[in-house]
Amino acid sequence: MIQLEGVSKRYLTKKALKDVSLQIEPGQITGLIGSNGSGKSTTLKLIAGLLRPTHGTVLIDGETANRRICRKVAYLSELDSYYSFLTVLETVDFYARTFSDFNRVKAEEMLDFMKLDRMQKVKHLSKGNRGRLKIVVTLAREVPFLLMDEPLSGLDPMVRSSIIKGLISFVDLEKQTVIITTHELQEIEPLLDSVILIKNGVILDQKRVEAIRRNEKLSLSDWMVEKYGE
Amino acid sequence: MAQPFNPSVPIYLQLCERIKNRIIRGEIGIGERLPSVRELAIDAAVNPNTVQRAYRELEETGIVEKKRGQGTFVTEKPAVLQRMREELKTSHIKLFVSEMREMGYSEREMLDGLKDFLTDKEEKE
Repeated sequence: MIQLEGVSKRYLTKKALKDVSLQIEPGQITGLIGSNGSGKSTTLKLIAGLLRPTHGTVLIDGETANRRICRKVAYLSELDSYYSFLTVLETVDFYARTFSDFNRVKAEEMLDFMKLDRMQKVKHLSKGNRGRLKIVVTLAREVPFLLMDEPLSGLDPMVRSSIIKGLISFVDLEKQTVIITTHELQEIEPLLDSVILIKNGVILDQKRVEAIRRNEKLSLSDWMVEKYGE
Repeated sequence: MAQPFNPSVPIYLQLCERIKNRIIRGEIGIGERLPSVRELAIDAAVNPNTVQRAYRELEETGIVEKKRGQGTFVTEKPAVLQRMREELKTSHIKLFVSEMREMGYSEREMLDGLKDFLTDKEEKE
């Protein structure tokens, strides 16, 4: 389980998160949604132990999130973060050497699933294929928590669909918990168990997606617009 | 490409409806195995937890039966399937009648309209 207790994060003078407390249940896919600059990525980086909170605590299964939490957490950055001179296969090898929990067999299966050419250099890949490769090296790690920052943004519908199907195929929700930040609400909605809505560094609401449909008769994007307007 | 979902109804209920429809149309036969949770999840591009919930729901109504280690199967009890068929008919008729009523049609008009429509169709065929 992931717990944030009274967490604030300030970058110099800008307050990115303000006294946030929340819990994320294991075995689920949770969407972290909100406008640009609302604090989604900051929240994700705090959970990944890549940032330290200005105030409050972030606990992953009861353990404080710091640099060493990466044993339990795989983090997919919204930026491209690999060596462009490596080939696809060399990138997978690099990740396999870096992380002891990396499942080589799963990675190979995913390369086939994503139809990636193993011999191609990363710098020669299209943006869509770089997006796919990121998914491969993140999902191949057998860790209890997978954090994905904007895995779909800026990609065409075919790539988005292959990433979504890849996620469903290769995530094991009996052992893994997923948190995704995204703007692509329509596509991601059927994938989510619950959502956390964030605005200006404050959590507006946390709900199960089925409850939004059942009780408010709204799709996720309509719900978000309504909540944001309040 | 996966079929879109109605935004105001929980997805697991819509999955249940889709599966029932496939059973009624005979696409999935009596006693036949349903796709695995992951297969259906990938196919419909939905969360596997949601598929699981849909299967649990169908199991509770007796339409499908889970066999340990083998998967989920359509029931072989004709009574259960017959009841499901009846329920589906009733729910479609209910919807039709309530919409027609809202537009101000009388029962007489609905019945005549239906009869005419069906005879017209028969003649054309």
